[in-house]
Amino acid sequence: MLGNLKGMVMTFITSLRTPVTAQYPDVRMPVEERRMGFPMLLWDDNIVEPYCTGCMVCVRECPTKCMSATMTDNPKHAEGTSHRRKIIDVFEINIGRCILCGICVDVCNFDAIEMSYETELSTRTRNGRRMDLGELLERGYNWQAQSGWIPASQRVQNSEEQE
Amino acid sequence: MEPDANLVEMMVNMGPQHPSTHGVFRMVLKVDGERIVDVEPHIGYLHRGSEKLSESETYSQVVTLFDRLDYVSNLNNELVFCMAVEKLMSIDVPERAQYMRIILCELNRIASHLLFYGTYGLDAGAITPIMYSFRERERIQNLFESVTGARMMHNFIRIGGLKEEVPVDFTRRVKDLIGQLSTAIDECDTLLSQNEIFLSRTKGVGVISAQAALEIGMTGPPLRASGVVEDVRATDPYQLYDRFDFGIPVGTNGDAWDRYYVPLEEMRQSILIIEQALEQVEAGPVVAQLRRITRPPKGVVFAHAENPRGDLGVYLVSDGTDKPYRVKVRPPSFCNLQALKPLLSNAYLADAVIILGSLDIILGEVDR
Repeated sequence: MLGNLKGMVMTFITSLRTPVTAQYPDVRMPVEERRMGFPMLLWDDNIVEPYCTGCMVCVRECPTKCMSATMTDNPKHAEGTSHRRKIIDVFEINIGRCILCGICVDVCNFDAIEMSYETELSTRTRNGRRMDLGELLERGYNWQAQSGWIPASQRVQNSEEQE
Repeated sequence: MEPDANLVEMMVNMGPQHPSTHGVFRMVLKVDGERIVDVEPHIGYLHRGSEKLSESETYSQVVTLFDRLDYVSNLNNELVFCMAVEKLMSIDVPERAQYMRIILCELNRIASHLLFYGTYGLDAGAITPIMYSFRERERIQNLFESVTGARMMHNFIRIGGLKEEVPVDFTRRVKDLIGQLSTAIDECDTLLSQNEIFLSRTKGVGVISAQAALEIGMTGPPLRASGVVEDVRATDPYQLYDRFDFGIPVGTNGDAWDRYYVPLEEMRQSILIIEQALEQVEAGPVVAQLRRITRPPKGVVFAHAENPRGDLGVYLVSDGTDKPYRVKVRPPSFCNLQALKPLLSNAYLADAVIILGSLDIILGEVDR
């Protein structure tokens, strides 16, 4: 009997606490900085082209084979304005297959792919979850502007300067 | 089981889409009045072929499959596979990485036991406990999100260490979190453990002796509830578990209440381990220097670790390529599930859910 009473006192104390839940989707909980959502491709503003060279490393390392990529010769390299000899031509990610493991980000040598904060999967069209190059870059562009992202190679330099 | 018209017994089907079977698990109960005469479990509804799939994935990709075995204690699963590969390649994992692994795994153990606590309350007909346990589990998952980037399928423990260094405020956050958790565990304890109705539903129900439990091959909390002191962390220490001072809670009667209370007590011990680990951890690298493509030498290895549900073992055969030749998983839930038949025979039909719930099975692991 005492156990029951103690439990009731517990529920009474808890009823005075502030709620911890939020009414999704009207209210959204803040996401953590490292949150891994769907992958996206990043945009190099200095040279005005994507970072991705279509080297296929992420395509090979993806556990669910959800990506495909084709590379092409970079016309800007011939002009001498870019250091990238090859550039991405066609890129597609089937977000429906993506398991958000982050392996593609780890293996990328060119800082070209990152995980966004986007995790909402539903769309109205049958192929709405197959993202092509334009859509991936657009997401990346917006995300870069939002988060103030800088490439990993420059990040190392910055921290050295600070020291 | 073939239906027999001459029997006075009746067959009752339970599952696979039953809220209290904790996933897609089906059991066919043969009942005589209120008593269960026989039970036939049907498993395999969640079979995804993880073991076979592992053979066609590279070592670093297999970790993502292990996340999905026991889908409420993901980090513990990742750890076992990484330990197997590290053993095969004789990699020395940096101490900081090992400490961080232990902290994260113990947090995951608490999260997993909190889920068990909540769902077990639901099994017994108590709706309130799950609200308490999920509130606390949410905090742990928020911490995981800040560390690993994902709430459940982390893919954070990698071969040779961790994916990356933990965030700067990690220590502070973990300290805050374990402070909240230890109060929360006491709250949970007060709420349900001594409740009259709960006690009468679980005390003396589904008793299994230590001898029988050992013969079946049970491990983890269900075995320790029968009074056997068996915990891989203590009996065969892996990582740095031999540096910590912690107790192994055991039960006395081996009934459903003991199987409920042992995990609850284990959460307190996990908090002790985390506190000690936070004191002992020093700065350093979190990943060993490795070649980019993991290619272990030819050989056979077995690694096991104490998961929230018991002793998870990985038997790994390598043929020297970048993909495993064979991966065999020894799932604790599957082995604990073998106790279902002796436990349920001659039990009341109303206790079937209580007994099944007390074994704390996760179907992702049973079916693999």
